Amino acid sequence: MSDANHMDVSYVANLARIELTDEETMLFQGQLDQVLEYVEQLGELDVSNVEPTAHAMPLVNVLRADEPGVSLDHDAVIANAPADRDGQILVPKINEKF
Amino acid sequence: MLAAGECTSVDIVNDVLAAIDVRDGQIGAYLTLNREEALAAAKEADAERANGKVACLLGIPIAIKDLLNVKGQPCTCSSKILEGYTAPYDATAIAKLREAGAILLGRVNMDEFAMGSSTESSAFKKTHNPWDTDRVPGGSSGGSAACVAADEAVAALGSDTGGSIRQPAAFCGCVGLKPTYGMISRYGLTAFASSLDQIGPLTKTVKDSAILLEAIAGHDAKDSTSIDRQVPAFSGLLDDTHRLDGMKIGLPKEYFVDGMDPEVEKAVRDAVEHCKSLGAQIVDVSLPHSKYAIAVYYIIATAEASANLARFDGIRYGMRLDGKNPIELYGKTRAAGFGSEVKRRIILGTYVLSSGYYDAYYLRAQKVRTLIRNDFIDAFKQCDAILAPVTPTPAYKIGEKSDDPLKMYLDDILTTPVNLAGICGMSIPCGFSSAGLPIGLQILGDSFNEVNIFKVGHAYEQTTDWHKQKPMF
Repeated sequence: MSDANHMDVSYVANLARIELTDEETMLFQGQLDQVLEYVEQLGELDVSNVEPTAHAMPLVNVLRADEPGVSLDHDAVIANAPADRDGQILVPKINEKF
Repeated sequence: MLAAGECTSVDIVNDVLAAIDVRDGQIGAYLTLNREEALAAAKEADAERANGKVACLLGIPIAIKDLLNVKGQPCTCSSKILEGYTAPYDATAIAKLREAGAILLGRVNMDEFAMGSSTESSAFKKTHNPWDTDRVPGGSSGGSAACVAADEAVAALGSDTGGSIRQPAAFCGCVGLKPTYGMISRYGLTAFASSLDQIGPLTKTVKDSAILLEAIAGHDAKDSTSIDRQVPAFSGLLDDTHRLDGMKIGLPKEYFVDGMDPEVEKAVRDAVEHCKSLGAQIVDVSLPHSKYAIAVYYIIATAEASANLARFDGIRYGMRLDGKNPIELYGKTRAAGFGSEVKRRIILGTYVLSSGYYDAYYLRAQKVRTLIRNDFIDAFKQCDAILAPVTPTPAYKIGEKSDDPLKMYLDDILTTPVNLAGICGMSIPCGFSSAGLPIGLQILGDSFNEVNIFKVGHAYEQTTDWHKQKPMF
């Protein structure tokens, strides 16, 4: 399997959009390296002729009729937003031009 | 008893509320309790019954694991990141409970986002095992199992991704069913690992489990993975002969693992002998890839979780910590909102899906998943049901394993293969340890063959009295 059962926890945490403290980074580093070492055993098996399973019950192209229906109540949805204005969810600026 | 007029729904709800008042301070199963609404619903159910209404769960109080959406109620998944969220809709399983006349009694504790085996990762409180309050109730549906075992609900709904119904049922001495994947709509169930998650009942008896499954199973257009097939009338299929003549029961040697508590092994082997005395034929079966299940599970489940939990970003609902741009907002919100176990699993899942590691970890795990699934396909050619232990040991002490994630993961060795294969499995009480802790017997059935599980479980239960034992308070 891959290189030496070691992941760069800070780098991956950034990909996952979780800010970690130094203590958390250290703690997770040790714990996750241990988990990666454990899963190394899957390398023992020859799986070259085995198809992967993504779902235990393979279903293909489950479609429904494209008909308009009732959606969630707008007010109830907006009421859950941490910040809102004029019936819309408020978020920080993503573009300095506007 | 309700139908015969021997008691009323109000009596049952009052009994359950009294048990909660006396015990839940010690047990800690409930996060929220709908006391007034439950009593009002019970009065209404009694009036409807008097007017001739018949519904399979009319006036029965049921507790709900805190990851199922119930319109107008909180749904925190025992996580700080969802504090303040109010569900704007009903999960399909909840809508079906309502149709069947059930009373939604309250929301019960769980491991945060169902990630854990002891309910210790809840952001809000610890739940204690009713048989020994120094011990864990199991998890992640620990609140569901504890409230049923302590008579604080007639039944509960939980969810099982790698054992999260069967393991707490075993630890608390109740009946827990993980139905076949696709049997129950997952619409409104907060997703952890979508290819493994399944809702299921925790009950006091096998018959109750059959009644609840019948009520909540079935195809739903809102969940494209729910299977379109007729739901059998499970509860009507259970007979009172309590015989297993003609049934072949498989015993997998790989499930009696090293390090298993001898008392657990003995209780399970005694249960196998008991089934033989009821007429079943016992055959040896082999599930040779079982030992790889933990490694496969913790790659696939965390990979799916890393994608599913991306939705908790502080934008649309729940907690938000502001940042000068969205990226900073996400990072701060998720840092403050998620607990350690959830962070650890999201990071692991992100890693196994990341460029350069996908083939070595995720793809390889999916291939080994095929081998595990094939093991069961082969085994069920030789038998109608499989018997096995649920857990290597009875319930352990609170705090005993919470500092060592890998050690806690390894305990899922006997339950995760079932989710990976998509088949059904149940835990029922089959004895007690010398310390007085319940021991669970796992009964496995092939996909959509819950009927065989119910038959074996019902016959075993009705000819033993483990399920009649109650914890002392």
